[in-house]
Amino acid sequence: MADELSIALTVNGERIERDVKARQSLADFLREELALTGTHLGCEHGVCGACSVVIDGDVVRSCLTLAAQVNGKTVETIEGLSDRGALKKLQAAFLRYNAAQCGFCTPGMLVIAHDMISRGEAGDRDEIRDYISGNFCRCTGYQAIVNAIESVAKEEKAGVA
Amino acid sequence: MRAMHIGESGVRIGDRVERPGLMRLLRGRGKYIGDMALPRMLHLAFLRSPHAYARIVRIDKSRAEALDYVHAVFTGNELREHCLPLLGTAENRVGYKAAPQYPMATDTVFWQGQPVVAVVAESRAAAEDALEFLDIEWDVLTPVVSGREALEDGAQVIHAELNGNLAYEHKIKAGDPAKAFAESDCVIEHDFRFYRQTGLTLEPRGLIADYDPGGETLTVYHSHQSPFQMQDVFARHMRLPENSVRVIAPDVGGGFGVKINTYAEEVAVAVVSRLLKRPVKFCADRLESFSSDMHSRDHEILAKIAVSKDGRIQAVGVDDISAIGAYGVHLRFNIAESMMLITNMGAPYEFSNYEARGRSVYVNKNIIGMFRGVGIPLSCATCDVLVDLAAERIGMDPVAIRKLNYRKASSMPCVTPGGSKLSNMNLEACLDRLVERMNYKALRAEQAALRKKGIYRGIGISTYIEPVAYGPLYYGPTGASISSADGCTLRLDPSGAVRCVTSITDQGQGTLAALAQIVADELRISMSAIDMISGDSAVSNYGGGAWASRGAMCGGEAALKAARALKKNILNMAAVITQSKAEDLELREEGVVNKQTGLRVTTLADIGRIGHFRQDTLPPDFDVQLSVTKSHVVNNLAYYTASGVQASYLEVDTETGCIKLLGHWTVADSGRAINPLLVEEQLRGGIVQGIGSVLYEECIYDENGNLNNATMADYLAPMASEMPDIDVEILDTPETTTDLGAKGVGESGLIGAIGAVWVATTDALKPFGAFVNAQPFTPERVLDAIAAAKN
Repeated sequence: MADELSIALTVNGERIERDVKARQSLADFLREELALTGTHLGCEHGVCGACSVVIDGDVVRSCLTLAAQVNGKTVETIEGLSDRGALKKLQAAFLRYNAAQCGFCTPGMLVIAHDMISRGEAGDRDEIRDYISGNFCRCTGYQAIVNAIESVAKEEKAGVA
Repeated sequence: MRAMHIGESGVRIGDRVERPGLMRLLRGRGKYIGDMALPRMLHLAFLRSPHAYARIVRIDKSRAEALDYVHAVFTGNELREHCLPLLGTAENRVGYKAAPQYPMATDTVFWQGQPVVAVVAESRAAAEDALEFLDIEWDVLTPVVSGREALEDGAQVIHAELNGNLAYEHKIKAGDPAKAFAESDCVIEHDFRFYRQTGLTLEPRGLIADYDPGGETLTVYHSHQSPFQMQDVFARHMRLPENSVRVIAPDVGGGFGVKINTYAEEVAVAVVSRLLKRPVKFCADRLESFSSDMHSRDHEILAKIAVSKDGRIQAVGVDDISAIGAYGVHLRFNIAESMMLITNMGAPYEFSNYEARGRSVYVNKNIIGMFRGVGIPLSCATCDVLVDLAAERIGMDPVAIRKLNYRKASSMPCVTPGGSKLSNMNLEACLDRLVERMNYKALRAEQAALRKKGIYRGIGISTYIEPVAYGPLYYGPTGASISSADGCTLRLDPSGAVRCVTSITDQGQGTLAALAQIVADELRISMSAIDMISGDSAVSNYGGGAWASRGAMCGGEAALKAARALKKNILNMAAVITQSKAEDLELREEGVVNKQTGLRVTTLADIGRIGHFRQDTLPPDFDVQLSVTKSHVVNNLAYYTASGVQASYLEVDTETGCIKLLGHWTVADSGRAINPLLVEEQLRGGIVQGIGSVLYEECIYDENGNLNNATMADYLAPMASEMPDIDVEILDTPETTTDLGAKGVGESGLIGAIGAVWVATTDALKPFGAFVNAQPFTPERVLDAIAAAKN
């Protein structure tokens, strides 16, 4: 079996120190070692976006990232973002527009939507569609998701102005 | 339009209300099968066949068994003696042949991806590691991969005991089709190819089987649409008493039919748990999903239509070959793909001469199973393409020819020549609304103007029917133990809150939210006062779960009946408490009011408190009943008819072969919409799946039966950037034979969308005389069609 490495990182504001297998993905580390199961595995090869998490401010596929790679870094998952209220407006909008069905892609959708809104990159509907085009949703027609993100983006812009 | 919050009182059926329970998923707190772990749980991984067709000469598992991290290794023959095989036959379909399917391959493998050996270890990763230490000697055989070739004389018979590859042939004849075709002014005939695709639920299949040797019970946590069906399968096939088997579906990450099928390998997991006396978990990874989630479609169709000069449809003919893969499907019969197709071919249109043949054929590819629409999207698409081409030939507008030939609302109910039993449908009204919403005339003008500039756009209209909420007439006579009834228990808790236990399951449709809305409407309470419980075969009414778009209709009708019964009991008790007459009271705003004065006489919390804790204050003979159970089954009709029309507007780039979607519209008559917010996105989701079917999705097999694109990078599925905004209008025609008036909407979006995109693409290429006849419409196929027309 593979060698183990010691890592220290911050996950959702909590300092974590663990020995991990060199081959363990960040997604498996979050799900199996920390029981943070809101990060979902849809394809395990970086296409579907369900496993998206935030590492040092950037959205990253946790299925393509090794746990060992995040040594010294700060990771936020859907649970952390949700609990600290960062997703409050988006979650309310997703509810209002029924922008989730089975909920399996939803954590990844919210993570990428939050990234887009935070960076001020949620422009028109086409731009929103482009930004989330790395996140696969099999249930909705994407339209409700776009509506929800668009409504929050407009709210944010109105708030800034 | 603003959506109501779940905490608001006064919610009525038909209101747009936020979905209760959704916030849990939005917070990342869903509990899917992959998120669950039990004490002492082991993990199972399958070695799957790398060959499409091969004899297993020898399996040497000694190296794998010797690994210290491996708990056990089982071959197919070792599991075979512990269970009965699955068998995809139907008692009422004489001549339907199917081979028994054991949990894993025994002496021969029949498709690439069939499980051969199961390895059990402490973790999934360890179990996968051990697969590399299995030594198998194969005698590779030449596979049969094409349905048409499988039917040829001298073709290799893949299951020798069946004496041929034909699983079932179904023929329909009405009127005098030969004469009608011979005498018709205009006959259009084409062949159509619908390649294989997969349902691609984002959450792969999975289960944890927990056999308890103490009580000799089996509990299975299963990502499945019908826990009842699986309770029956596990009990029957593992020879366990049914009341010692319990199946619980946690949150399920999408179903679409993929998870209504019965998978032999899932029985293997339960058998292994029983043998090891420990919980065993198996969750498919994405590669396994591609090679073992039952696929859909794979049809070769020859279809024709005869139309008179004045546009009347004279006759329809269809000959379908459906390559259903390596096995029949237990209980759910994959011959249904072809039977649904030929039964519903041309169903929206009035004609009397019909000839159809459907042949379901075994081939060495993954099994075909249930998927949204089951054959009907294909009959819808082929027929509407032919109608469109016939209109062009006789110089008639595509809208006019449809309207002329639609079955009239006044002719309902009726039985079509194909045997489809239609009721309560008004296609003309749908089409009128569609034409207005899409601004049809302006689009036609734009299309004509752009053609002069070398820009090729197409407008496609499709008409669909969706038989919803099948009653017992469908599965009953087949002998399958599948319930078409669903039930609901309502319990008033001491606080005045309500628990609703339903046999309906929800894989994201929002059906549970719809049922809560029905109960809220009847009891006049807010939806936040209702807790929904479902997915447990031991707890609710025995029922069907989620199939045939029946949740809102069947489960909803049962919920309505239960709510009415509970209301009656509450009012009777309120009458005793307040010393008034029950008929003078009604429920309003979480309480009981006097109808005349409008004044509140008591609250539901008081009813709950007295009914549960202070029965001593009631007359001794008063019968307190604050839990009620009701069920519903569709027995007045075979099923209800949802229907509607869709339109697609798109542009074909004739240089690159790429198709760009510019607009999509639907007018859907799905019965009374309980919550339009849910209905609209249910339709859009189906439409996007339909668009994916026509433009992108294909499980690509080579001539050796190898699946060549089993990753999401290689299997193209619709993403947000390629999809258009979709205009939805719900035509809220209530079903007249039920109290609730709902029909169903789960499959409508997909069924209609496939036809709309087929017709629009066909329309765009008319100036070239080109016709793309194979789905998906890849750029290569589009360019080939244009090139073929030029030559």
